[in-house]
Amino acid sequence: MRVIDFLTQTIRIAIPYLFAAAGGVIAERSGVVSLALEGFMLSGAFTAALGAYFSGNVWTGVLCGIAGGLLFGLIHAVASIRYRADQIVVGIAINLLVVGLTRFFLRLAFESSSNSPRIAGLDTHGGLGHPLIWIGLLVIPVLTWVVYRTPFGLRVRAAGEHPEAAATLGVTVSRIRYVAVAVSGMLAGLGGTYLALDQHQFTDGMTAGRGFIALAAVIFGRWDPMRAGLACLLFAAAETLQIQLQGTQAIPSQFVQMIPYALTIVALAGVVGRSTAPAALGRAD
Amino acid sequence: MTETLSPPPPPPLSAASPERVTGDRAHHLEEALLPPLVALLIALIAGDALILIFGQSPGPVYRLLLEGTWGNWYGFGQVLYKATTLAFTGLAISLGLRAGLFNIGAEGQLAAGGFGAAITGLLLPASVPSMVVAVLAMAAAAGGGGVVGWVPGALKARFGAHEVITTIMLNFIVLALLNWIVAAHVHVPETLHTPEMHGGSLARLADISARFHGSAANLTILLALAAAVLTGWWLFRTRAGYDLRAAGLQPDAAEYGGIRVRSVWVRAMMMSGAIAGLGGVNYVLGYKHYYEEGFAGGSGFLGIAVALVGRNHPLGVVLAALFFATLSQGGLAIHALVPKQMVEVLQGIVILAVAAAVPEVRRLLQATRREDER
Repeated sequence: MRVIDFLTQTIRIAIPYLFAAAGGVIAERSGVVSLALEGFMLSGAFTAALGAYFSGNVWTGVLCGIAGGLLFGLIHAVASIRYRADQIVVGIAINLLVVGLTRFFLRLAFESSSNSPRIAGLDTHGGLGHPLIWIGLLVIPVLTWVVYRTPFGLRVRAAGEHPEAAATLGVTVSRIRYVAVAVSGMLAGLGGTYLALDQHQFTDGMTAGRGFIALAAVIFGRWDPMRAGLACLLFAAAETLQIQLQGTQAIPSQFVQMIPYALTIVALAGVVGRSTAPAALGRAD
Repeated sequence: MTETLSPPPPPPLSAASPERVTGDRAHHLEEALLPPLVALLIALIAGDALILIFGQSPGPVYRLLLEGTWGNWYGFGQVLYKATTLAFTGLAISLGLRAGLFNIGAEGQLAAGGFGAAITGLLLPASVPSMVVAVLAMAAAAGGGGVVGWVPGALKARFGAHEVITTIMLNFIVLALLNWIVAAHVHVPETLHTPEMHGGSLARLADISARFHGSAANLTILLALAAAVLTGWWLFRTRAGYDLRAAGLQPDAAEYGGIRVRSVWVRAMMMSGAIAGLGGVNYVLGYKHYYEEGFAGGSGFLGIAVALVGRNHPLGVVLAALFFATLSQGGLAIHALVPKQMVEVLQGIVILAVAAAVPEVRRLLQATRREDER
């Protein structure tokens, strides 16, 4: 039974990573740097909590969470595609902005500086019995199919690898990137939504770096959806192990926290197979 | 003159404007003033909106913000204190940007610097003169930050690993490592900080003039100003500084001109990290005399905003540091009327505005100018 518990907990921890990493893959494959996953997730978590609180309905919360991620995805897209602002700066600005906005509106909506009241949530009692979890598990296979087997996926990859060639063939690169970044916002927003609904409330800064772990999974997975998904599961398994070992003092928790980041640096340095970014990643045109 | 059909692409971040040969003073001035003015304007508009959302009127809020910062000696001291740390991180990031490198690791470098200073102060016996402790602790701060900066520089030079990703990842690694060291080995029970240093503390401004009573401003501010002057001199008046800027503007051309761009990268990241690490002196030697988990508190990230608004120029960085420090201290002053988180929103909006609106406004200005010339 311990194995089943372990796998269940790993999947539950992996769900937000899977959503956000899927968003990261699609944005980066289209050529837009995805440093704002953390901000998308946090905004999604907050709007999901707002929606679920004021409607009392989980699925309204889910829709609001998607909308919250979408809003900042669009801001990211407009700033970095329409205004050709530096994508790295835009990503960091959005992360800071969302931290501030969620705190501001937390005060405004709930008169609290730390958390929302209890909201309708997933009520899975530690199990996997909720459609949102199944959607989270399906998002990577679906994304793999979209990226490699559909015309849209081909255009996304073309926009990220060779935008000039794509443009020559009649693909509107900026439009493809708009869609990709918007979808990435929605997916990461869903990841945040899952966090808020799972914990039955929004707490200040509740994403706690998960957007960056998802980014690490994208890079560690070499920008491939399936590998990124596996990286999410690996990172989640490490976290689960740390939680289950708590109290035994086998490994200090801080070292387990480092695993995703250290592996990403190792992957980037090319020690075990080189991790190469899409060729046009971060370029304005 | 060559007329192009589409406006030229905006220059990359690293190619800060003063570099461009224009010879036109008015143009120079416009380049320098545009970002802060756009930032201020957009911050004011967004601030108004937030204040109105919260059901207050903007006038009294802004008055409170100014009174609480530049209107009394305590508030002014706090602004100076916060600006000191931001000046260091802003300088660090702008030095990296001059070399064409985006150092997002200032947060971890700042923490490592503060840790280095605090540990040095703890390890040295109490018999060592305080002056000596202070100097050694500063060296340790620069060293700690420098090592953390060196890693991504070396990874980029050796393996081509992108410094943006490695610095982000290193932030998490360094902070987790420091947390572990403090928690497992050197913390004062029931706290998240190390014991107080035996010596080496820097005088506060309040010790010199009682008017600053209660504020954390201290002599580190002189160190920050010296760092700004030295960085400017080094960048614009020395051979090594020229190499660095050349590598940032045109790496291929620089390489062809005999500059070893890879070693410039390593040196630039190390220096950038060292400057950010020195920022830790402000908190550790100047204020608390110990290292505490989370003392960096986002100053490393806000340094990116400072470098952007300050146009990567040391003078601009110092002024931008004062601007952002005024905002954060001002947040506390207005808290009675509007949540202090408003200023965090404004900081994010200012960065977005400078990144997105400044190139756009510049394009518009250029377009009107071309119209005029016809």
